[in-house]
Amino acid sequence: VSSTEALRTRHAVVRELRAHFDEQGFVEVDTPAMVVSPGLEVHLDAFEVHGGPQPRYLHTSPEYHMKRLLGRGLPRIYQLGKAFRRGEVGHLHQPEFTMLEWYRAGAGSDEMMRDTEQLVFRAAKAVCGGPVLPARGEPGAPRTPIDVTPPWPRLTVREAFARYANVDLDALPPDEDAFFRVLIERVEPQLGRGRPTLLTHYPAQMASLARIHPDDPRSADRFEAYVAGIELCNGFGELVDASEQRSRLEADVRTRAQLGKPAYPIDERFLQALEKGIPESGGNALGVDRLVMLLSGAKRIQDVVAFDASQV
Amino acid sequence: VYDTSDIKKGLKIQMDGVPFSVVEFQFVKPGKGSAFTRTKLKNLMTGAVLEKTFRSGEKLEPAAVEERQMQYLYREGDMFVFMDTGTYDQVQLTEELIDDNQYYLLDGTMVDVLFFNDRPIGVTPPNFAELEVVETEPGFKGDTSSNTTKPAKMSTGLEVQVPLFIEQGEVLKIDTRTGSYVERVKK
Repeated sequence: VSSTEALRTRHAVVRELRAHFDEQGFVEVDTPAMVVSPGLEVHLDAFEVHGGPQPRYLHTSPEYHMKRLLGRGLPRIYQLGKAFRRGEVGHLHQPEFTMLEWYRAGAGSDEMMRDTEQLVFRAAKAVCGGPVLPARGEPGAPRTPIDVTPPWPRLTVREAFARYANVDLDALPPDEDAFFRVLIERVEPQLGRGRPTLLTHYPAQMASLARIHPDDPRSADRFEAYVAGIELCNGFGELVDASEQRSRLEADVRTRAQLGKPAYPIDERFLQALEKGIPESGGNALGVDRLVMLLSGAKRIQDVVAFDASQV
Repeated sequence: VYDTSDIKKGLKIQMDGVPFSVVEFQFVKPGKGSAFTRTKLKNLMTGAVLEKTFRSGEKLEPAAVEERQMQYLYREGDMFVFMDTGTYDQVQLTEELIDDNQYYLLDGTMVDVLFFNDRPIGVTPPNFAELEVVETEPGFKGDTSSNTTKPAKMSTGLEVQVPLFIEQGEVLKIDTRTGSYVERVKK
C-alpha cells in the first residue's frame, strides 16, 4: 500500500519526466488503449475487450500507434500512460503499469541511452536532492547507494554472461528459456550495483522490433538499463523496414501458436505506415513505477501506485 | 497437481521423493522474456533451504504430507513422544526433527504433527506459548521502557530478549514463529 508521501514523490518524478521532453520540443501524445493488435511478443499476454462491434485488446505497449505518428511527421514524441499485461503480478509487476515511451527521429539506441541517463539523473536531483539513489539490496547482500551521474557503464549481453555467469553466449542451447534462466538467476542480480548498467547488443534473434546493430550483424540495436538488479527500460534503434517487420511478426504468430498462446492479429495499419515510410528512429519504453521505486527506496511496486490490482 | 500459479508461502511440494515447503517466492520476468517463479524451499526432512527457479506453468507435485493434531506427552532421551487423543496412538520424533520447536513443548501441549508417507517428520506448535522465566538479571526499578532489552532464560531452555522490567518467575507470552517476546501474562 502506498503512502501519500510516495504519491507526492511520484508526482515530482512525473513532472521532471515531462519537463525533460517539453524543453526539447517533444510533443506529448495519447494513443488508443484499445487496439486491434496488442503486440505479438511471444512472452506477453493481453486483456481482451468485449462488448464492442469488433474484438479489441488493451495494448501491451503503445509502440505501433506511436510509430504511425512518426510516419505522420511528428519526429519527437512521448507518451505517459498505462500498458496492460495479463498474468504479471509480483513485487516488480502489476497487470497495469505506467510506461513512459518516447521516439526520436534520426536517432539509434545510443541517443536513447543518453536520454535515459539524463532523465534519471534529472529526476534524482529533484527527488533525492542529488545524483545518488537510496541503497537497496536483498536481505543479507551488500547494500550500496547508486550514483546515477552520466555516463553510465555499458556492457554487452555477451560480456555480462561471461563475466557474471561464466557462460559463453554461443554455447547456450538455442532455446530462449536457457538464455532467460541464466539472465534472471545469475546476471540480472549483478547489474546496476553502485552504478546503473546499460546492457547492450542483445542477440539478433531477440531483436523484437529493433533493427540489426549497425556495427555487429549478430546483435540487435537493443539495450536495457538496469538499476540495482531491476530492469528499468528497453530501447531500440527501431526497425523501419516493412517487409522485415512483416516476416518477424509472422514468425511471432507461428511461435505463439506452437506454444499454445492466444492468437492475436497482425496490425496491418502499422505495417502500411512502415511501407509508406517512417524515419530511422530510436525508441525507448521505461517503467515509471519502477523508477519511482528506485528514487524513493520503496521495496515493492505496490508501494508507489495509488491503488494496486488487489485494491481495486 | 499444482502449477507455478499455486505457489505461496507454506505450500508443500515433493521433488525426487523429498518433501519441501515454500519459504519465499518471487515472480520474475524480463520484459521481453519468459516468466519464472524464484523460490526458497525448505527440505522438510533435513531443514536445509535451497533456491529453485520454476518456469511459469511448470507442474509441481504435491507432497504426500498430512497434519494430525496430537498431544505432547514427555521426552525420553532424545526422543519426544506424542499421542493422538482420539485413538491413543503414540509416535516418537527425534530431537533433530523437532529442532527449535522443543522450546515450546510443555507436557500436554497440543501440536500439529506432520506426517510424510505416514512417517512423522516434524511438529508445529501453537502460534503462542506461555513460558516461565527461570533466569534473568534483576530489572532496574521504575524502568518500564521497552526500548532496551535483556536476555531471559525460559523454563524450556529458550533464550528470549525481554524488556528490562521482566523478573524471574514471571510467565511470558512468546510468538513461536519468531521466538520473540509478546507480553507478560498476568497469573
